[in-house]
Amino acid sequence: MWSLPFIHHALLAGTAIALLSGLAGYFVVLRGQVFAGDMLSHVAYAGALAALAAGLDPRLGLFASTITIAVGLALLAGKTTADDVIIGNAMAWVLGLGVFFLTSYTTYRATGNSTANVTVLFGSIFGLSAGDAALAAGIATGLIVVLVLIARPLLFASLDPDVAAARGIPVQLLGVLFLAIVGATAGEASQAVGALVLTGLLAAPAAAAYHLTARPWAALPLAGVLAVAAMWLGITLAYTIPVLPPTFTITTVAAAEYALAALTTHHRNHRRRRQQRRPTRSLTTTSRTPQTHPTP
Amino acid sequence: MTAGLTGNLAEVIRELLSFHFMVNALRAGTIVAVVAGAIGYPMVLRRQSFAGHTLALIGFPGAAGATWLGLNTAVGYFGFCIAGALIISALPGSGRPHAGLGGFSEESAAIGTVQAFALACGFLFVSLYHGFLNGLNNLLFGTIIGITDQQVLVLLIADTGCLLALILLGRPVLFSTIDPDVAQARGVPTRLVSTAFLVLLGIAAGGTSQITGSLLVFALLVAPAAAATRLTAQPAAGVALSITLAVLITWIGETFAFFSPYPIGFWVTTLGFGVFLLATAYRRIADRIAQHPPITSPPQRVLSESTAP
Repeated sequence: MWSLPFIHHALLAGTAIALLSGLAGYFVVLRGQVFAGDMLSHVAYAGALAALAAGLDPRLGLFASTITIAVGLALLAGKTTADDVIIGNAMAWVLGLGVFFLTSYTTYRATGNSTANVTVLFGSIFGLSAGDAALAAGIATGLIVVLVLIARPLLFASLDPDVAAARGIPVQLLGVLFLAIVGATAGEASQAVGALVLTGLLAAPAAAAYHLTARPWAALPLAGVLAVAAMWLGITLAYTIPVLPPTFTITTVAAAEYALAALTTHHRNHRRRRQQRRPTRSLTTTSRTPQTHPTP
Repeated sequence: MTAGLTGNLAEVIRELLSFHFMVNALRAGTIVAVVAGAIGYPMVLRRQSFAGHTLALIGFPGAAGATWLGLNTAVGYFGFCIAGALIISALPGSGRPHAGLGGFSEESAAIGTVQAFALACGFLFVSLYHGFLNGLNNLLFGTIIGITDQQVLVLLIADTGCLLALILLGRPVLFSTIDPDVAQARGVPTRLVSTAFLVLLGIAAGGTSQITGSLLVFALLVAPAAAATRLTAQPAAGVALSITLAVLITWIGETFAFFSPYPIGFWVTTLGFGVFLLATAYRRIADRIAQHPPITSPPQRVLSESTAP
């Protein structure tokens, strides 16, 4: 496996993209912006197909659409209260636009058997050329650097926006910049695992990290590590069992990480609760009768 | 296609009905739209739109798996959607209707992960039967072609049952939506009602997916109902309006899909979103007018006390 070029490309691009997704995902979950990420993934689909329909490289559409809409969403965030109904309908409409562009593309432009639709929806990490992989890895690395640079003020602004603003942190600017990074992350991750499942790569490793540690500066890198682990395990599994597509294996590993982490928390809480119910031997109260009803 | 939309309405209808696949598409679409409109209204009130979307996505691997195994896709859709509904209602904290959007919320991360996993599983099954060209798009974005007579029959049975159950459940659902604590105090088994509602939602989502595709059920399940809530506060009128809008969106969407190269998914989402936006705009304007009477009112009103409604 280690000598095959397409595996090299997949690992190169995949590692960088996964690390970016894990780190960005940590903040996405912290800031409660998972649905914004979901919306951006749909925009990525429509944007890529719009670019194809216009005869351009789909990546142009991927990044232009996600970053533009991300900035728009961030600017709108303070102004309007968007509830789940508005967001959901808008997301469905964006997907509908995507199939509109798909039809334009296949009716007027696509010459041969076009798998472009599947590639944008579900990614093609094993289909990346050396140039594609290098470009994706380069963009992802740049985004990671920016994210690391703003991590500290971003954490502050996310946990306590008013105090952060009072301390001189440009909370709104950070919000716009961060969502733009999320948009670019969606564009990147679409190339690896596709637009439809990249929310899983954003949310699952981060949510798993939350369950495993409460300290932000431990959880942030842990989210990145877990995402990279999911990518590597997923690629290895998909190579070893060729009938399994890499998108499926990567997503499953990420989801499994989350499930296992959530189980350990549940188990830990359960054990703690059971210990509290047992009668405690205290030095001061030897004559107290044990409680017969469970403590809440 | 021959007459195109430029012919008069009678010709258009006659042309549509001359193709058996279109007749089936219209039948299935109508059945599905009625249920979607009916259940969408309480679903929007209970703020469970994303539960409906997630259930539809869970149906996708069911349908794909059924196709891989050579079974009827309806079996896969309904089976997985109902199972998903039961699992979701068994999870702690999902009994009450909730929003779960802003701020750190484990729920949105969990929902996002479940959705991604469901889509990835569906992708696995589709790749197992090599259905990349049309199969995948039909499952995800809907189709008007290839709806079989058997499919229509299964939809009719499942959705009629769903509708009947909804009528029976209507009162307790409404009660526990508007005031869950009082409802519980009055003896309404809210947990049971919630689970039953979620199962019915699963059936509705599974049925709607067969027309709009698993990704786009919002167009029929949410948009008409949401528009109805913005147009009337009366539950009975709201449900009726929601059903009417859903059926109209389906018929017009399928007609456009028939005459144009663009697929049903695009048409129903655009029509749904458009109807929703129009209803929202109407509500905003109507509210503003109600608060500020027009300047053209006779001068006596300015001197007397305001009689705002």
